[in-house]
Amino acid sequence: MATAVAPQQGGLFARPTAKTGWWSWMTTVDHKKIGILYGVTAFFFFIVGGVEALLIRAQLATPNGEVLSPAVYNQLFTMHGLTMIFFVVIPMGTALMNFLLPLMIGARDVAFPRLNAFSYWVFLSAGLFMYSAFLLGGAPDGGWFGYAPLSLDPVTDGMTYYSLGLQIAGIASLAGAINFIVTIINMRAPGMTLMRMPVFVWMTLITSFLLLFAVPVIGVALWELMFDRLFGANFFDPAAGADPLLWQHLFWLFGHPEVYIMILPAMGIVSEVLPAFSRKPLFGYPAIVFSGAAIAFMGWGVWAHHMFAAGLGPVANSAFALSTMFIAVPTGVKIFNWIGTIWGGSVRLTTPFLFSAGFVSMFIIGGLSGVTHSIVPHDAQQTDTYYVVGHLHYVLFGGSIFGLFSGIYYWWPKVFGRLLSEKIGKFHFLLMLVGFNLTFMPFHILGLLGMPRRQYYFPANRGFEVWNLLASIGAFTIAVSILVFLYNVAVSRKKGEAAGADPWDARTLEWMTTSPPPEHNFDAIPVVRHRDDFWYRKYITTPEGESARVFAGGAASDEEQHSSEAASDEPPSSSAEGASDREPNTAGAAPPESSSEERPHAGASAEEQGHGIHLPSPSYFPLLTAAGMPVIGYGFIYSPILLAAGAVMLLVGAFGWVLEPPAEEA
Amino acid sequence: MSAAHPPAEHPHTSTGLDNAKLAMWAFLGSECLFFGSFISTYLLYRNVTGDGPTSADLYDIPYTSISSFVLLMSSLTMVLALSSVQNGDRRAMRIWLMATAFLGLTFIGGQVFEFTTFVEEGLTLSTSAFGSSFFVLTGFHGAHVTIGILMLLGLTVMSSFGRLGPDDSRPVEVVGLYWHFVDIVWIVIFTVIYLIPSG
Repeated sequence: MATAVAPQQGGLFARPTAKTGWWSWMTTVDHKKIGILYGVTAFFFFIVGGVEALLIRAQLATPNGEVLSPAVYNQLFTMHGLTMIFFVVIPMGTALMNFLLPLMIGARDVAFPRLNAFSYWVFLSAGLFMYSAFLLGGAPDGGWFGYAPLSLDPVTDGMTYYSLGLQIAGIASLAGAINFIVTIINMRAPGMTLMRMPVFVWMTLITSFLLLFAVPVIGVALWELMFDRLFGANFFDPAAGADPLLWQHLFWLFGHPEVYIMILPAMGIVSEVLPAFSRKPLFGYPAIVFSGAAIAFMGWGVWAHHMFAAGLGPVANSAFALSTMFIAVPTGVKIFNWIGTIWGGSVRLTTPFLFSAGFVSMFIIGGLSGVTHSIVPHDAQQTDTYYVVGHLHYVLFGGSIFGLFSGIYYWWPKVFGRLLSEKIGKFHFLLMLVGFNLTFMPFHILGLLGMPRRQYYFPANRGFEVWNLLASIGAFTIAVSILVFLYNVAVSRKKGEAAGADPWDARTLEWMTTSPPPEHNFDAIPVVRHRDDFWYRKYITTPEGESARVFAGGAASDEEQHSSEAASDEPPSSSAEGASDREPNTAGAAPPESSSEERPHAGASAEEQGHGIHLPSPSYFPLLTAAGMPVIGYGFIYSPILLAAGAVMLLVGAFGWVLEPPAEEA
Repeated sequence: MSAAHPPAEHPHTSTGLDNAKLAMWAFLGSECLFFGSFISTYLLYRNVTGDGPTSADLYDIPYTSISSFVLLMSSLTMVLALSSVQNGDRRAMRIWLMATAFLGLTFIGGQVFEFTTFVEEGLTLSTSAFGSSFFVLTGFHGAHVTIGILMLLGLTVMSSFGRLGPDDSRPVEVVGLYWHFVDIVWIVIFTVIYLIPSG
């Protein structure tokens, strides 16, 4: 344990100082660097999960395929699902949240910078831990849903890795969720009321609450699985009187909110991109926000539609069928809002816009095929066929991944300071759209023809050949489109056009600062007066209702515009904006809303300008603490010595964390 | 909600709530689902005893009542520790913190004794679904108490580094929130598991 003799400064608990190089990345607590780490890692896992998918499609390209053995096939489809869900879609969303959240609400960093670094390192170690199973006797092979009692099968340690690896990943999600919740609730710039926040921030908040409540449920299921597998407990063994439905209930009680955890961030991205390229405010902002919250709330009441084939009885089946149909309503509200946003706008067909449009259209298909599952007899026909696989890829790939790529293209210039090529980007989009539909549309037909999922081969002469071959061609088309994206990145790194602060003429605060943003984000914390505040700093509304550009440096006219607007279309206290409006605001001695109206628009208080900004110092301890987790995981499987070593790392890390000299910490 | 005069030296937040306290409240919300899921599992399995002993054979309610009382008294000492640090009496704070940790440790000792007795009477983790759900639920509660004790020791170490005082009482308050939560969960577990008869 940490010997308690360290002096206040320096010595045992000295904080690292490197600003560049390896150590700066290992010890960083800057939300922007952590965001980039998340993004790069998630993209790496995206490639790995994609290669797994290609192997699966190679195996299934022809009848009686012989590329993979059954055992390897099981591991690959399981790891493909786990990777894409837990190590790609969720962390890619987290990457964007990390980078953008403080910028969008006008904060210097997240509420707990070291906890943020901890989340990243725990996430990374969970991924490495899971994948190390390939080298140590076999990866998880019981599907991403890991149905017990099937997953109790002790042939390999694979499902033990599953139970421990997901547990570790859950800790990362939980820490991240708490951090984002506190940041959004507590760290907003003056005037940034809840109903002025960008929709992406709203969706981050909602997603974080979903994670907060969903992760412990699967955590319990995973602990129970681990106790069954390692210590002979009887949670799931029917021979000992256990109920085989327990796992399904716990898993899907987590699993269905999880679906919304993956889609809501993408919905947030689309709600930022479409207004920016339609040059219109988001249509029906409150409706989008509240339908997001409604989806999250109702998402807790639909889990048993994953279990219609499990025999819950007609009453439960009918109830969950109804709730499943109802949850399509708020989703539909959002679709109409997005269409309303584009309607009548001056649309620019840029790559981010195209990906967002791809999201909306593909998600409609996936959403509709989802509603078909709510019809119980229909679901009984579809269960465990490729129809379900088709549906879930339309929402997760056609939905989440298209949305995430939209976000990547949209914010790339903000993150790296250079634009991606529009020409290559559009080619990427086109190839991906074609490849995607070529792959997953046939899945619906295969499913209706009765091809079961999770089978390592399909027999000849059942009418499956053509559709499977098309799907495999589509999968490799998607792979080519990803290579095109990588080429785009390489070109941009080498000779990409410099982006400037605001390349898209966008609406939200992150475009106010330089690209890439300085370590302290904003020289002066902005004072927010509007939803889409940055837009209203650039444009005034003429009496005819047209937008007109404010001249650069036109602070005076800007001021005029603000006061006139305040007089005309909203009461000065703007109480209609939301409940928290009157509460005291953030950032030091920030004045309340009313007096901020009288200040120059940047809201610069003298001590905040330039050098007086305190940023949290880097730290070793998040990394050390996080590294203890997989060691404990190996300890559970292999030896109590490792268990003890991991526990010591955790304790030393935690004590060091608490005792290191305080830099500015939340 | 806990009392609301935010310490003067902390940066103002949008809501006026302290960041660390808000984070702890969020975490405790998550913990409700955690214990809720384990308690549900227990309720599902409390009569699934197979050939093993049943809860009526095992539970010694007077004994567990006493150890529950000990744990609940530790909430009192925790409150006294916070009150001491807010009044600037760091020595009293350390005494109350150690008293809290000691009471927690007594509870853990009682649990170890109870587990040992149950094992001797024939109920192990593997005996039945009832055994699994009992040991894992109460064991995880014990683990939470243990982590709480470690945090109390951490506070004591912090105080010996010169931290914690009337202007810097937040860590004590946050650990206190956690400690009280663990106690409240025990009230639920004690009621649901020990006091409601099975059958």
